Amino acid sequence: MPENLFKINAKEYILPGTRACQGCGLSLAYRYALKALRENTIVTLPACCLCVLHGIYPSTPVMIPALNNSFASTAASASGLVAGLQALNRTDTTVVAIAGDGGTFDMGIQALSGAAERGTDFIYVCYDNEGYMNTGTQRSSATPLGALTTTTPIATKQQHKKDFLKIMEAHDIAYLATASPSYPIDLYDKFVKAKKIKGTRYIHLYIPCPPGWAYPPRDTVKMGRLAVETGIAPLFEIENGKFRFTSRSKSMAERGNRLPVINYLEKQGRFKKMNAEQLHQLQHWVDGKWQEYMRRSQE
Amino acid sequence: MSNVQIMTGNQAAAIGAKLSNVQVVAAYPITPQSQLAEIISQYIEGGELKAEYVRVEGEHSALTVCISASTVGARVFTATSANGLLYMHEQLHWAAGSRLPIVMCCVNRGVGAPWTIFNDQQDSISQRDTGWIQIYCRNNQEILDTIIQAYRIAEEVYAPVMVCYDGFVLSHTMMPVDIPDPEKARDFLPPYQAHTILSPEDPRTLNPVLFPNRRANSAGVLCDGYMEMRYKLQAALERSPAVIEETSRRFAEVFGRDHGGLSWGYRREDAELVMTGMGSVASEAMQAADILREEGIKAGVVGIRVFRPFPAKHLKEAFRGVKGIVIFEKGISYGYEGALCSDLKAAFYGSEHQVPVHSYIAGLGGRDVKARELADAARASWQEMQSGIAEKPTTWLNCYTG
Ligand SMILES: Cc1ncc(C[n+]2csc(CCOP(=O)(O)OP(=O)(O)O)c2C)c(N)n1
Ligand code: SF4
Ligand SMILES: [Mg+2]
Repeated sequence: MPENLFKINAKEYILPGTRACQGCGLSLAYRYALKALRENTIVTLPACCLCVLHGIYPSTPVMIPALNNSFASTAASASGLVAGLQALNRTDTTVVAIAGDGGTFDMGIQALSGAAERGTDFIYVCYDNEGYMNTGTQRSSATPLGALTTTTPIATKQQHKKDFLKIMEAHDIAYLATASPSYPIDLYDKFVKAKKIKGTRYIHLYIPCPPGWAYPPRDTVKMGRLAVETGIAPLFEIENGKFRFTSRSKSMAERGNRLPVINYLEKQGRFKKMNAEQLHQLQHWVDGKWQEYMRRSQE
Repeated sequence: MSNVQIMTGNQAAAIGAKLSNVQVVAAYPITPQSQLAEIISQYIEGGELKAEYVRVEGEHSALTVCISASTVGARVFTATSANGLLYMHEQLHWAAGSRLPIVMCCVNRGVGAPWTIFNDQQDSISQRDTGWIQIYCRNNQEILDTIIQAYRIAEEVYAPVMVCYDGFVLSHTMMPVDIPDPEKARDFLPPYQAHTILSPEDPRTLNPVLFPNRRANSAGVLCDGYMEMRYKLQAALERSPAVIEETSRRFAEVFGRDHGGLSWGYRREDAELVMTGMGSVASEAMQAADILREEGIKAGVVGIRVFRPFPAKHLKEAFRGVKGIVIFEKGISYGYEGALCSDLKAAFYGSEHQVPVHSYIAGLGGRDVKARELADAARASWQEMQSGIAEKPTTWLNCYTG
């Protein structure tokens, strides 16, 4: 076992047997995130797969205090928790808002932008499985070009994914990072770091989702790795405006061994209707983003 | 010793919130509420009120902030009007469903489209089924006093309270208000002690998904299903009239002012014709009663202070023996009639006291209604009632309907 695995908090905050699907990338990521965040944390979450993972009343597998909220309100809820704790002089508790891509890119964007602009002292986590999975794999603005969803069932999604990281960076927040459950130590480190920083911190999790992406549950870790290795899901952090690749993306940037996106796409049923033109466009789009990140990493 | 100052309804509301020692305020500006948000910001930035003010980007977030801050045990306050209240709609249900003692002022204003900034009560009336207690005030003193009372009620019933008062008519009109002594206010309303707070010391998942039926927990104890939780909210609201009345009585003991828990009366004792309504239109009706009395009609007023929970039993008592009721409402349930009219008529269903009820829609979007016009309407109805017309279609007062 690599030495740095030992530094991970051995305590579990999610009991086995959650209501998430087999092979759910979110359960992996959430497990490591909570290990890093530890006890003195309050989570707020909207309607989404995580809400289901948290169980059906009166039982929950999660041992961190959590507040469920309406779909549009996650970051506002975090603002309320922060204000309430502040008013009661309980400022040692970390407030963490966690929502899906739908609850972040789409409906929750107003509340999140407001909370970030106010510099609210909290960690916002978007777990991005690239669609509205809880309601049955509908398209969101995080769904990539060429993907089949239940609301793009024949023609596939015609637009690129919204570059939400740019939107968050434009808020000049204290910390911004991306992470993947396929690179748990990198993910863990970023949460540990975020917990120590004051102000608005945003962590973006790329979450492979077997039923939504149409691949076998056993391949979740592999799918997460391919997302990183093709440059579709670059791992980085931005602190005080300084961009830094991390983990696998860092070595890729050094060695220049980025894989073509087809290696990732061909393993997922959701891309089976993608045509050659879309494939070309997506590769071009990913190349452009990667170049931009490369430039920034060299600044 | 009294401390009477001349102030607007919004100022009175801000002082009410300050004297309630609210700990978190989140509000978004909208006419005619804006001044209230501004005054509270001043209190907080000026150090007069020790509270967190969250300058949210919209009303949905304003109420969400209150919901979450209340969940960790803070006393919270917000205020809005018209479209702002409607924008909160989802969270109004969320607040009541979470059983949180949130207090909000609704500075009543007509709802768009088309736009109006002026007063009616369509905004709060259309939110009546969200599980909130609704109290309507008739003057600025009552606004201030009701906010303090509202926290006591909310924190005892575990239901949110909406303190409603008419935009401009009260919000921007100067009236003398006796400011309660802060010490006395603190004795009347001690700091909030929540029965459950979300905290790392006692981790739990609040407001999770429920199945239709009751389910056992890990100890085998059957826990509520969704329906049991809804029943408990309803049961709490059904019990709340007693709490509202008791709070009003205690307030009167301490501060010497009784705004009449569920309703109030004016020249009601021997009245045969009773005018009724909520908020400033009911207080205008007092003058109309005087006019009618001078003409020899035994007129009086019952002002309905609490619309939800609807105090049906209490109102049957309040209207005991009257021979005619005339309702003035600043809102309507489109496609039928005024919501208060329906509720009041239903309260008499099956009882021996069958009284003619005539209903008037008045003052929508700030249309002026004078006491003289209320008196004219009530007199016309009274004559019709005496010639046997117990029911007639809703009349739109001061409105060209040709
Ligand atoms: C106001 C509102 N509209 C719609 C919904 C239905 N809804 C619940 S979860 C969800 C999608 C969630 O998608 P995402 O945020 O990406 O999370 P995921 O389910 O993928 O984990 C939707 C549309 C809702 N709960 N509230
Ligand atoms: S749909 Fe996807 S994200 Fe949701 S629980 Fe299942 S695997 Fe996880
Ligand atoms: Mg999603």
